[in-house]
Amino acid sequence: MSLDVRRKSPVPREDMLPWTDGEGAGKRAQQPPRKGRPRIGGYLLMLLAVAAMVLPLVWMLLASFKQRDEIYTVPIQWVPESFALSNYVGALAAVPFGNFFINSLITTVVGATLKITLGLTTAYAVVFLEFPFKKFVFGLVVFALLVPQQIVIIPNYTLISDLGWINTYQGLILPGLASAFGTFLFRQHFLTLPVSILEAAALDGASHWTRLWRFVVPISAPTIAAVALVSIVSEWNEYLWPLLVVDKAEMMTLPVGLTLLQNNDGVTNWGVLMAGTVLITVPVLIVFFLLQRRIVTGLTSGAVTG
Amino acid sequence: MPRPTPGEQDQNPVVQRKRRTPWKSWLLFLLFAGPNVALLVIFTYKPLVQSLQYSLLQWNIGSATARFIGLDNYVNWFTDPATANVVRVTVIFTLVTVVGGMVLGLSLALLLNRKLRGTGMARTVVVAPYVLSGVAVGLLWLFVFDPNFGVLGAVLKSVGLGSPDWYNDPAWALPMIIVVYLWKNVGYVALIYLAALQAVPKDLIEAATLDGAGPFANFRNVVLPLLGPTTFFLSVTTLLSSLQSFDIIQAMTKGGPLEGTTTMMYQIYQEGFATGRAGYSSAIATVLFFVLLVVTAVQMLFIQKKVHY
Repeated sequence: MSLDVRRKSPVPREDMLPWTDGEGAGKRAQQPPRKGRPRIGGYLLMLLAVAAMVLPLVWMLLASFKQRDEIYTVPIQWVPESFALSNYVGALAAVPFGNFFINSLITTVVGATLKITLGLTTAYAVVFLEFPFKKFVFGLVVFALLVPQQIVIIPNYTLISDLGWINTYQGLILPGLASAFGTFLFRQHFLTLPVSILEAAALDGASHWTRLWRFVVPISAPTIAAVALVSIVSEWNEYLWPLLVVDKAEMMTLPVGLTLLQNNDGVTNWGVLMAGTVLITVPVLIVFFLLQRRIVTGLTSGAVTG
Repeated sequence: MPRPTPGEQDQNPVVQRKRRTPWKSWLLFLLFAGPNVALLVIFTYKPLVQSLQYSLLQWNIGSATARFIGLDNYVNWFTDPATANVVRVTVIFTLVTVVGGMVLGLSLALLLNRKLRGTGMARTVVVAPYVLSGVAVGLLWLFVFDPNFGVLGAVLKSVGLGSPDWYNDPAWALPMIIVVYLWKNVGYVALIYLAALQAVPKDLIEAATLDGAGPFANFRNVVLPLLGPTTFFLSVTTLLSSLQSFDIIQAMTKGGPLEGTTTMMYQIYQEGFATGRAGYSSAIATVLFFVLLVVTAVQMLFIQKKVHY
């Protein structure tokens, strides 16, 4: 699962990112090559770092296959006797995991899609449309970055509950839907676009709506993909808000539902709990390994621009 | 505000081509930017003001009646003996996760920036926990920390140490939370530092090496100063997310034992939704908001200074 050294498509914005070079690229600043011990020390440290990151995940994965007597045993047993799926069956039987998965999928897909759309249209308006209070509107959007959703949970909960939206998708999705960071990044990007393309489109009589979706969006695809992936990951992992507005198991998302497996009758059934944890982490890990370069672009873009 | 004549603002040739009547272009702007702005007003700005109002009320969540009590909630919070503990927990948690995260993150970045085989894979692995659900991370570490059947206890035993009772000992629960938070988030810090390290011009280091500087002197005198802006950016962003962290605490300790892991953010949740004292909780939220605001304001002032050298 090593990171590819050579880039397949030339995307200039990624030139500064740590993912674009690896072994043998040799473009970056580096210490002069040294031989012997320092190298071995470097490898040992790297091994240590990788082990610290991987071992807890391996422990989780192995535990998800262990039988009760393999878990509650001293000294600990690392590898289970057999890779039976009984804990997974147990987890799926104890709580409606299928519902959790579908709910997570719906809130993530709908939430992220709408969020990106809102970010794109707002950024387009701020960059390409005429309006006297444009700067004020942009300021209003960006200032919202200073108000974390965590601070306003009580008024938002009261509003959603007054609307009767507890245990609904709109209650889960709407309060966190507005795009502040996305608008900010898209605006930065739109300002760098060549005006000539849009001029030609305008000459052809294309409306602003068409100009946005036919011309601006396709040439901004890498930026959009990066922002989209980061918001997909954060929607998928979102916990506090879904915890507040959902109390019916059938409407829970994965992170909230997962905690239902915790502490049934006082004793934690680790095998089942770890099986549930595997079910929620593995999809994200797979997406991360497949699309890491885009995700990394999204994660670092805030630092590069900001 | 005087309405600008069309054309005065139209430096953009695209717009000039097709001049619209003002109300039409206003309507268009409204269609494009309106929904997002409306959502921000409804779910961010209005609740922010409401939160300030609630903080002046004695009011329980879901209750139909509320009593105006002025600043009593604030006075009560600042004078409550439990507050000293919450502030202590918040400061320790934030300080250790921010400073520890930066030191570990920079060390990892320096290590992964070396020309060694396998750094590509190592980078991937180090960042991976950052994209995982905080709840899942908390739960999997709960099993690692299990004093009887966890892997950490076994490791400690093998070197002749006993395992502390991580879950039930207030002195050990906070370090446990901190370790897990660092494990999840250190990859992000390393990632940002790695990007900054790769922007360090190679010639600078070569020149310094020709002048006889060793790797350590190079790092101290050339690399470290160039990382200044990144360090500042990271210190603020990690501080903000540390102050708001919730998932891991909820999954692992629920603020306990004996409130040993109750941070301000966790107290806001607990007072608002477990105890139900919405007015009191809003007062704490307001205090936390001002802390976040000050941190961000300092960052903005600093960055403005940095940009124009």
